[in-house]
Amino acid sequence: MSTLVGAPPTASPALSTAAPNPRPFRLVRHSLALAKRSLIKTWRTPEALIDVTLQPVLFLVIFVYVFGGAVAGSTHDYLQFLLPGILAQTIATGAIAIGVNLNTDIAKGIFDRFRSLPIPRSAPLVGAVLGDVVRYVIVTVSTLAIGYLMGFRIETDPFRAIAGCLLAVLFALCLSWLPVYVSMKVRTPGAVQGLMFALIMPLSFASNVFVAADTLPGWMRAFVDVNPMTHLVDSVRGLFLGTPLGSHVWWTLAWCVGFVAVFMPLALRAYRRKI
Amino acid sequence: MTADLVIEAEGLVKHFGKTRALQGVDLAVPRGTVLGVLGPNGAGKTTAVRILSTLLTPDSGTARIGGFDVVRDAERVRQSIGLTGQYASVDEDLTGRQNLELFGTLLELGRVGARRRAAELLDWFDLTEAAGRPAKTYSGGMRRRLDLAASLVGSPDVIFLDEPTTGLDPAKREDMWEVVRSLVTNGSTVLLTTQYLEEADALADSITVIDHGRVIAHDTPEGLKRVVGGQTLEVRPSDLADLPRIAAILSEVGSGAQADEIRKGVLAVPVTDDRALTESVARFAAVGIAVTELSLHLPSLDEVFFTLTGRTASEDDTTHRTEVAA
Repeated sequence: MSTLVGAPPTASPALSTAAPNPRPFRLVRHSLALAKRSLIKTWRTPEALIDVTLQPVLFLVIFVYVFGGAVAGSTHDYLQFLLPGILAQTIATGAIAIGVNLNTDIAKGIFDRFRSLPIPRSAPLVGAVLGDVVRYVIVTVSTLAIGYLMGFRIETDPFRAIAGCLLAVLFALCLSWLPVYVSMKVRTPGAVQGLMFALIMPLSFASNVFVAADTLPGWMRAFVDVNPMTHLVDSVRGLFLGTPLGSHVWWTLAWCVGFVAVFMPLALRAYRRKI
Repeated sequence: MTADLVIEAEGLVKHFGKTRALQGVDLAVPRGTVLGVLGPNGAGKTTAVRILSTLLTPDSGTARIGGFDVVRDAERVRQSIGLTGQYASVDEDLTGRQNLELFGTLLELGRVGARRRAAELLDWFDLTEAAGRPAKTYSGGMRRRLDLAASLVGSPDVIFLDEPTTGLDPAKREDMWEVVRSLVTNGSTVLLTTQYLEEADALADSITVIDHGRVIAHDTPEGLKRVVGGQTLEVRPSDLADLPRIAAILSEVGSGAQADEIRKGVLAVPVTDDRALTESVARFAAVGIAVTELSLHLPSLDEVFFTLTGRTASEDDTTHRTEVAA
């Protein structure tokens, strides 16, 4: 470090005179800067994308060719039926990773540094959540890509198809506040993973992901009918295949609002209290 | 208290469950000076820094940075502080440059400003070559420099360094000391925690010694060392053959203790009388002994700590103790 001589470089004078809130939309800008950090981390560890790339491929191939004939009589018919469900399921399980990552991340010093900076305290969490959008887009693209290779076809129009994809991404984005909250409350990344699977698996299997809801026994039907996954799957099916949409999109959006309204404040509060 | 205290803390108390991390700590740091907070592991140093840097709220007591309360005006405090240490760290997956640019963006420097500031700091800390590599590939010394650079992005007035050189080899430690000195020369106020007694001695204008969450001493390094009283007179003769004669003289001017050869060709004797130095000079002159070195040393801070607490400061760190004792 022989070059370390003389005065430390001083920053531009604008900084020292900066008022507490020099520019508007601080939360948005800071969150986006921190979302970029998440993106760089994702880019550097592509193996962390296995759950959003390989999983939809495996699930589609296995379920379509193993159960297709038995459940729907034809693998093509079952593929058309199943793909929206697999998209919903993998995008929901893809949201688990943020909890696991945050639980690891927050124990490191970087979050202490964030908390010592004059930025909104929620920005690091909001940034992490936003940064994961890219993962949800990857799930959607890889599910549709393998689906098309296997013979899946959109039966509506591109606009409704895109709306279906956006709805799924939005759902995951809102749902991810649940794993974020869990990650603040449990000690280890493994515990986040375990607990979240225990929550997401019943949601995705006790639903209309794999079979039509009207084939289920009445008592289970009661759960399936309120299950957010059911509403998401029915919405995506409607938007991809033209099946009746009913009020499913509204129910899905209501669940999205609910997830954010409940788990975002809880997560932020737990984050502030966490040392 | 004078208006120019940049860091002030009164009666800080913090409990974690049954652990009483701080039990009423007062700290005061005048502008442009370095306070060394010295204490063994678990003394409460880090807890104090975390309260002062707004990461923790105290159970009771108050603290102000530049006049702003760390609890009520936390946002204002965060604008004027930089935190580096065992805990405040950088992102290992990001490159050195990406880390510094991220903090620049978060500190409202703007895209261009953040980029320029990152380049300046990388250059100053001799990290320009490594700027494009992820921080996890950095060596320990580079990592510390990047940590410190990250806390300087906003040109903070007040810098907290929580054990900045723990785990660094002696040469790297000296480099870090140089950085701290130049920061202070440029007007920053520094609070430094350390377990290294020589570090506090080398950098601090005043030292607060903490043990078990309490301040057990606050003084200048010299004042603190004077607490234990004894000083050591060291002599290096030009001619090694004079060693026995010098030993005899030193034993007489000293407090009667035997002179020891502490290093090859250097004799030392504990003295209590302030006249010991002048008297030995006169005695050497009278018998025609030439010396190349003659000095009076204050005791090491390790001895001070032992006097204050009844334990050595670093009972688990024997290498360091030998280093200080040598």
